[in-house]
Amino acid sequence: MKRVPDMELRFAIAPDRKSLEPSGLKYDMSDFDGYALEVALRLVEKSGAGEVVLISLGPDGVQETLRKGLAIGAARAVHLQAADVPVDGFAVAHALAAELRGGGYDLILFGRMATDTASGTVGPMVAELLGLPCVTAISQLDVAEGSGTARRDLEGAAEMVRFPMPAVLSIDEGIARPRLATLKGIMAAKKKPLEVKPAALGEARLTVEAMALPAERSGPRFLGEGSDAVPELVQRLRTEAKVL
Amino acid sequence: MAGTFAFAESRNGELRKVGFEAVTAARQAADASGGGDVHALIVGAPGIAAQADALGRYGADNVVVVEHAALERYSPEVVAATAAERIRSGQYRAAFFSASAQGRDLAPRVAAQLGVTLASDVIAFELQGDDVLAQHPAYTGKVIVTLRLTGVPAVLSLRPGALTAVEQPRSARIEQAAPAVDPASARVVVTELLQQTATKLDLGEAPVIVSGGRGLRAAEHFKLVEDLAAAFGNAAVGATRAVTDDGWRPATDQIGQTGRLVSPDLYVAVGISGAIQHLAGMRTAKTIVAINKDKDAPIFKVADYGIVGDLFEIMPRLTDEVRKARGSR
Ligand SMILES: Cc1cc2nc3c(=O)[nH]c(=O)nc-3n(C[C@H](O)[C@H](O)[C@H](O)COP(=O)(O)OP(=O)(O)OC[C@H]3O[C@@H](n4cnc5c(N)ncnc54)[C@H](O)[C@@H]3O)c2cc1C
Repeated sequence: MKRVPDMELRFAIAPDRKSLEPSGLKYDMSDFDGYALEVALRLVEKSGAGEVVLISLGPDGVQETLRKGLAIGAARAVHLQAADVPVDGFAVAHALAAELRGGGYDLILFGRMATDTASGTVGPMVAELLGLPCVTAISQLDVAEGSGTARRDLEGAAEMVRFPMPAVLSIDEGIARPRLATLKGIMAAKKKPLEVKPAALGEARLTVEAMALPAERSGPRFLGEGSDAVPELVQRLRTEAKVL
Repeated sequence: MAGTFAFAESRNGELRKVGFEAVTAARQAADASGGGDVHALIVGAPGIAAQADALGRYGADNVVVVEHAALERYSPEVVAATAAERIRSGQYRAAFFSASAQGRDLAPRVAAQLGVTLASDVIAFELQGDDVLAQHPAYTGKVIVTLRLTGVPAVLSLRPGALTAVEQPRSARIEQAAPAVDPASARVVVTELLQQTATKLDLGEAPVIVSGGRGLRAAEHFKLVEDLAAAFGNAAVGATRAVTDDGWRPATDQIGQTGRLVSPDLYVAVGISGAIQHLAGMRTAKTIVAINKDKDAPIFKVADYGIVGDLFEIMPRLTDEVRKARGSR
């Protein structure tokens, strides 16, 4: 799971023009990872055996996010230590694959994408590095006896996919409502194992060159109130935006 | 001079517009590096070769067609292995995919098989020496990140619609090839394609998207949105999560952080407040129109044109005027 800044906040660019101004940022588990955790917990509960292990890569702050996942119900956690989370998905995939290899997991779950970078590359790359079957962006999942079926939503369509286990899956939102941590869970999490190791990151071949706030639109150009404004809108769509 | 590669996405035996966008990008990259050849790859069931010429129209010099009876539906492992094999043997400067639902599944697999990284969901790019500078909207579109991608080939996936497909006809050579792995050996199998959009254009293809929010008040009022989409003639219908959660529209219509990320020429937001999760999916549209009764609604902050007022009064007139404007062309 990835720890990401709270997206509701206003972001400012730091003086180096390639990072976010850190003051005022709040962090939490990426939304989709919350769904992946819920799916994992339900599968373990249903099968009556096994455990959910959390892995997160990043600076020491990720331990707070891992503790939250442990409070929600995971059994143990691994923190792969790195100064920051590289934007290079392949570098991250290397570090995760090194940790996951030989772990004997039946399923390795990712969120469909992290909410900060919206890339969704790490899951399928880990699958390739481990040589495992992979299904991405799953909105419905059914697992039984060493195989599963999943639904993936596409633009205006969906596909049903069959896969064998072990497998790497990435989970879309809406698949199952994530549970909240209980007080009991929060107390128990304090005693659950959290192992810390250095991340074996691959060489970064994708780096941040610059960050900027999006160009301001010339608008909002209010064209008026009610349907009286419609003729002017249509006129402008034709002459300025050239979409009519 | 170096060649480039584009993956021409298809679904149900039809090439998708995002494939033409990938070819357009590959053409630009080849021209920028001194005029190399553009190679495009199509994978599908027998018969898909008939569409190869269309890729020449957008600037492909060479189209590799991989046809197989077992490839009627997308086969992630077979397509990834086949694309990786072609890219490896072609020694391309850059390889382009779409950041569509299919491309987001495919491109990271291909990059990993090639042992390189991926710049994903790119809205603009530029070659710089041996590197590529790629722009990517991050933090729900609140920040535009410029990424430096090093290594050859540079693999990129493009946000649907961000790059306009441009016709620049070539008479493409067409070459048949076999899949890199036996389709029967695939572990992951798409068993069924559930088609949901009745209209021909879907959110990944349409130059215009008319999108409705909770301001429509009931599922049946989406007729107003559908009518405006029909009046444009080239529009798809989108929705907010409030609407898909309530079951007024299928989940596949949802636009936003947890739905589709789109970049159409025109986005019309009807009765949509403009929550950041929604803006994440559409704020890179080239032109944004907002119709909302609340002049302080956040959607107006990203809009180029806004009308404040009751959508039930505005939409019928707008539909009428758009129909007239199109009729008089
Ligand atoms: C983790 C997470 C992920 C999310 N992902 C997404 C996502 O991907 N996509 C998404 O869309 N949302 C997403 N959301 C939900 C998002 O936060 C908003 O709740 C949602 O976008 C609101 O939808 P809406 O604009 O239709 O409804 P509302 O916010 O209720 O807005 C309705 C608007 O209609 C206007 N209106 C009402 N009546 C009229 C009228 N008669 N004429 C004109 N205007 C009228 C109102 O002024 C109001 O601005 C997500 C939320 C979370 C927490």
